[in-house]
Amino acid sequence: MKPPRFSYHDPATVEEALGLLAAHGDAARVLAGGQSLMPMLNFRLARPGHVIDVNRVAALATVSPGPDRGLRIGALVRQRTLERSPLIRERCPMIGQAMPFVGHPQIRTRGTLGGSLAHADPAAELPAVMVALGARLTLRSARGQRTVAAEDFFVTALTTALAPDELLTEVALPPWPARTGSSVQEVAIRLGDFALGGVAAALTLDAQGRVAGARVVCFGVGPRPLRAADAERSLLGGAPSAAALAEAGRLASAAVDPSDDIHASGAYRRRLAGVLTTRALAASLATAAARAA
Amino acid sequence: MTETRAISLVVNGQPRGATVEMRTTLVDFLREELRLTGTHVGCEQGVCGACTVLVDGEPVRGCLLLAVQADGTRVETVEGLAPDLEHLTPLQAEFVRHHGVQCGFCTGGILMSLTASLRDNPRPTEAEIRNTLAGHLCRCTGYQGMVDAVLALAAGAEPAP
Repeated sequence: MKPPRFSYHDPATVEEALGLLAAHGDAARVLAGGQSLMPMLNFRLARPGHVIDVNRVAALATVSPGPDRGLRIGALVRQRTLERSPLIRERCPMIGQAMPFVGHPQIRTRGTLGGSLAHADPAAELPAVMVALGARLTLRSARGQRTVAAEDFFVTALTTALAPDELLTEVALPPWPARTGSSVQEVAIRLGDFALGGVAAALTLDAQGRVAGARVVCFGVGPRPLRAADAERSLLGGAPSAAALAEAGRLASAAVDPSDDIHASGAYRRRLAGVLTTRALAASLATAAARAA
Repeated sequence: MTETRAISLVVNGQPRGATVEMRTTLVDFLREELRLTGTHVGCEQGVCGACTVLVDGEPVRGCLLLAVQADGTRVETVEGLAPDLEHLTPLQAEFVRHHGVQCGFCTGGILMSLTASLRDNPRPTEAEIRNTLAGHLCRCTGYQGMVDAVLALAAGAEPAP
């Protein structure tokens, strides 16, 4: 018997879940896929008085086309579904590119989109992907509903904009722009392990083949997903030459300040952020050019 | 006060019911209540894969699911693969032939993951096999015997239609 005792609730509707959060929010943890919370319970690193299991809330587990070819993904959608859904693959290729790095197949079976975002592990891929995509997150409570940009949702390591009585219910993704390619690059000890560092990037070309839009988001190299704004700006309006992509990598490397840990030094991670930025941009460019042709 | 709940599920084809504490994990329920001790408990944080079982056909970590969450599901464990030593599944037989087992601690979970992935894809490539195995830790074999076992099985499988 490993986890400490808790009161277990398994609401069937969002409203029921919000009522439970209103009553117990400070002493409660929401249980979604359980791939992060359950280890913390097993080791008693978390001792919530109440566990609110949202797995029965079917309304949170849907993927639907959003307006203007965007996407709306429920917070309880499994990572395995993110990986397999033809609609997601067609409308948002970057999510599929990230999935092989997210845990292992046996973890993705249970792990959810919303759980990964609300847990906000600095080395996690999905938070960075959501920042790169400009996702908007719906947070609901018994008090009402608000929408937060992914970039503002991640506060610091394991800390988000969620109030104790709020539930992340849905992620809205904008339409994928034309002539856009993307890539997710990562280095880990073993495929599926925590990233030593990674980059989610996207590149949009104009009709002349110049850079019309760029996104570079680094993860695993700081307390939260970090948009390398200098690197993005350096590319805009110019030709996506090898030199320009290398310069963007140098700027991304300068923008991060990772610390040392048992797995890698800060200096290694800083260099990694630059190398992976250049690689991710090169891979994005190849797809964008193919889509433009 | 200890909260409990009555659950019913199908384990290896047999309907089973029990009253469990809310905090009981699925793997502890399988081992301690049902005495199905072929599923092992390793790291209890989802990393090692020893506790992997199939829930409604999909591989999951038995240490990261509460028994109450498995209410109403169909669970398959390593005990459900072969009725006895003379009737091993083709995967188990290839594991024996290719020395995919040494101490056996990790084997139950690995067999379940591979069983699920072979149902989806009976002719995996070596890279696909290694991707499935990446969700498991084995400290004895170096994995090569397991890879050889699945490759041998795939080579004999019916071609995909």
